Amino acid sequence: MTAALSLPGLLSDLAVIRQDFPILERTLAGDRPLVYLDSANTSQKPQVVIDTMVDHLERHNANIARAMHQLGAEATEAFEAGRDKVAAFLGAPSRDEVIFTKNASEALNLVANVLAWKGPFQVGEGDDVVITEMEHHSNIVPWQLLSQRTGASLKWFGLTDGGELDLSNIDELITERTKVVAFTWVSNMLGTINPVAELTRRAHAVGALVVVDASQAAPQLPIDLSAMVPEERPDFVVFTGHKVVGPTGIGVLWGRGDLLEQLPPFLGGGEMIATVTMEKSTYAGIPHRFEAGTPPIVEAVGLGAAVEYLGHIGLDRIHAHEQAITAYALEGLQTIKGLTVMGPLDATQRGGAISFELEGVHPHDIAQVLDSRGVAVRAGHHCAKPAHQRFGVQASTRMSSYLYTTPAEIDALVEGLEYTRSYFKLG
Amino acid sequence: MDLDALYQDIILDHYKNPHGKGLREEFEAEVHHVNPTCGDEITLRVHIEDGRVADVSYDSQGCSISQASASVLYELVHGKPVDEAMAIHAKFQELMQGKGQVEPDEDVLEDGIAFAGVAKFPARVKCALLSWMAWKDATVQSIGQTGAAGGNQEEKA
Repeated sequence: MTAALSLPGLLSDLAVIRQDFPILERTLAGDRPLVYLDSANTSQKPQVVIDTMVDHLERHNANIARAMHQLGAEATEAFEAGRDKVAAFLGAPSRDEVIFTKNASEALNLVANVLAWKGPFQVGEGDDVVITEMEHHSNIVPWQLLSQRTGASLKWFGLTDGGELDLSNIDELITERTKVVAFTWVSNMLGTINPVAELTRRAHAVGALVVVDASQAAPQLPIDLSAMVPEERPDFVVFTGHKVVGPTGIGVLWGRGDLLEQLPPFLGGGEMIATVTMEKSTYAGIPHRFEAGTPPIVEAVGLGAAVEYLGHIGLDRIHAHEQAITAYALEGLQTIKGLTVMGPLDATQRGGAISFELEGVHPHDIAQVLDSRGVAVRAGHHCAKPAHQRFGVQASTRMSSYLYTTPAEIDALVEGLEYTRSYFKLG
Repeated sequence: MDLDALYQDIILDHYKNPHGKGLREEFEAEVHHVNPTCGDEITLRVHIEDGRVADVSYDSQGCSISQASASVLYELVHGKPVDEAMAIHAKFQELMQGKGQVEPDEDVLEDGIAFAGVAKFPARVKCALLSWMAWKDATVQSIGQTGAAGGNQEEKA
């Protein structure tokens, strides 16, 4: 343990940071302390996010942008401040490019929907939509729907045995016919970090739009859209609030401003209009044009507090911490007989979600035994069935760390897995 | 949390040595059921002859609970009149959905009583019921095909 405490890259103020997360004090059945290794599923929330949301509901609650009173003004200001904070978190060229959605899935569906409709970017027959085999279902199904609705062809990058994107046939996949290339920045199953700049450059060279799912990247990698050269900057980036220590019920779509302005609206309703007559309507400018109805107000306020909190700690430091913990975990996991890690084995080339198989024990049974010891992991297909199929497995067990994870918690996982082996009487 | 209540030796034995596993050629209906939340899958065939469950054959992937449950299902229903097998199914389902409050009847459920502990783990109840639901589905379809209902089973497409 003493060696582990001095892991290079570990957050020096880890003990203080852990105190920001009240749930980490919890004990579970049998008085076991919580060992939370399921942050890729959802992250825990710091006190400042909880307090900010409670304070908003206790003192500033009103509907936004339509209430002609002091509370309405306060609520609107708080909601829009959330947008400013998210814009700063992403390094967005403009705050008006930040659109609040219900979650990352809705953000991806928004893009896939509006591309089916009449307009300068409409996808149709003869066009290709390109995705990858390592996507979360939320970055597969919307593109299947778009292809089915428009007659476009869906194509995808396969994976190498090492869990990287197989780019060997990139020239056949990304062609003049390609209208959209959608891929994940960091795989939620394999942990793989994909070459966003290279893929974006190749897609832009043929005039395709690039949609990046940053649900697993935003929590752990510094993102600075303004610093990217335009050829290498994706056209759309989505992430979800609850994985970046924010609340559920809110996701983010960042889109290139001039694109968003040319795309047809997604949902119709209040707030997204300029004027409405019985015959037709005109629409509000961005971002409101894509935010029909009362938005998730307190969630936006909480998300603002969350990304500000991460910003204060520093995404560079969080990334270094994740890498240190991931390296330590990869090392520990590989000491277990019969255990195979899926995805890259080099911690510097991957994110903090590690999926693995343990010969002779099904992932559900592993998760059940670990849970009896207070260790929370995920078991199943992690909403990435095609990626599991690619590796010939139906399910896996996944541990995922975050800025509050300690080396001692990794030790508890490794001990728990040894116990699992003995419980199921594996030699 | 009492792991041993969940993982009874009977369950682990059936998991390691499943009874009746494998797909066999004589059948009237084949179904494929999945548990979408975890990905467990079963392909199951039912063969009905003279109002009896002549065979249940299956190929499945999943956790110890789902695999052991399929094995116990096979043991309990094959060779039984359809009516009686359906009654066993109802008893097993009642046990699994009883939140740990139902006292299992060993005369009817035999090795199936080992699943009483599973009922206390809500996340695992679906694992235990996967093969049973598949069996009921396939049996109803088989009866529809053969007209060999052991009772007043309604035909179902």
